[in-house]
Amino acid sequence: MSADTHHAHDHGTMGQLMIGFALAAILTIIPFYLVMAEVDMARSTLVGIIMGLGAVQILVHLVYFLHLKRSSEEGWNFFAAIFAVIILVIVLAGSLWVMHNMNENMMPMHEMDQQIEQMKSLQSQQG
Amino acid sequence: MSSATYAEEQSMVEPLAERPMHHAREARPREDAHAHSSPTPVGFWIYLMSDCVIFGALFATYAVLGGNYAGGPAPKDLFEPGFIAIETALLLFSSVTFGLAMLRAGKADTNGTLMWLAVTALFGAGFIGMEIYEFNHLIHLGAGPDRSAFLSSFFALVGTHGLHVTGGLIWLITLMVQIRMHGLIGPNMQRLGTLSMFWHFLDLVWIGVFSFVYLVRLI
Repeated sequence: MSADTHHAHDHGTMGQLMIGFALAAILTIIPFYLVMAEVDMARSTLVGIIMGLGAVQILVHLVYFLHLKRSSEEGWNFFAAIFAVIILVIVLAGSLWVMHNMNENMMPMHEMDQQIEQMKSLQSQQG
Repeated sequence: MSSATYAEEQSMVEPLAERPMHHAREARPREDAHAHSSPTPVGFWIYLMSDCVIFGALFATYAVLGGNYAGGPAPKDLFEPGFIAIETALLLFSSVTFGLAMLRAGKADTNGTLMWLAVTALFGAGFIGMEIYEFNHLIHLGAGPDRSAFLSSFFALVGTHGLHVTGGLIWLITLMVQIRMHGLIGPNMQRLGTLSMFWHFLDLVWIGVFSFVYLVRLI
């Protein structure tokens, strides 16, 4: 019995579940519609909308399905989540930044191809 | 019932303890109002956050390598948005039916809990079935994980997610057997609570997959 009363309060209500379901469904349908209907928008705008809606849906799931609150488990869950988000931002933004920088500083492929062609033609002239 | 015998043992071991364990806990209402008596939910949450970092690394790999096709097929040649939409719907429905199972469990309705868990398992199995079909289809097209860096990172990320869902399914079926055998006792409620977190978390990761891995690349 004690287990029931301990667990009952942090698994939400039918109302919360249904609000979460409705929001998640809307936030899923919009990006799929945008792609499947081939809506005429700038590519960067569409990418921004899809990623933005995804981020909002992640928050919806955290609040309505995982019942993450600042107060749950005396704040431990909330701060563990914040810590994970910080790590994620460092890993994702850091990887993209480092790899982008490296690509910028590499010799572009077409220049490399041109140089190979030049060397080949020089060799054939000599030979 | 086991807590009473446990408390008796405790008072025999420690004669100075005035009251049995559960009374001692009630004497601290501030903590009891918020916290569980068990540290398992917090520990499991921290595991989920570490899993989140694993997925973060795989997402970063896909973000960096996702454009390297090595002259092979690109996302537009391979991904079908309608197929992904059905997979997404199956996983979202399974998340909601798990929520319904938790609500039945909160009302101590064993049969209702088992019924909704079975529906969740069916949706989960449908999702895994579709994913296996997709992977098999891609490999037969010659677009397996060895074809290009894009496909390696795709299979690593989506495959890791699929393995998690498969693990969740095994856990779900095991727990259904346990609930059928012993009912909604305390330990089973705890397992149900942690599996619920795991299942909702996998649906959360899938939001990232369908947005970032599939949809954005199909524009």
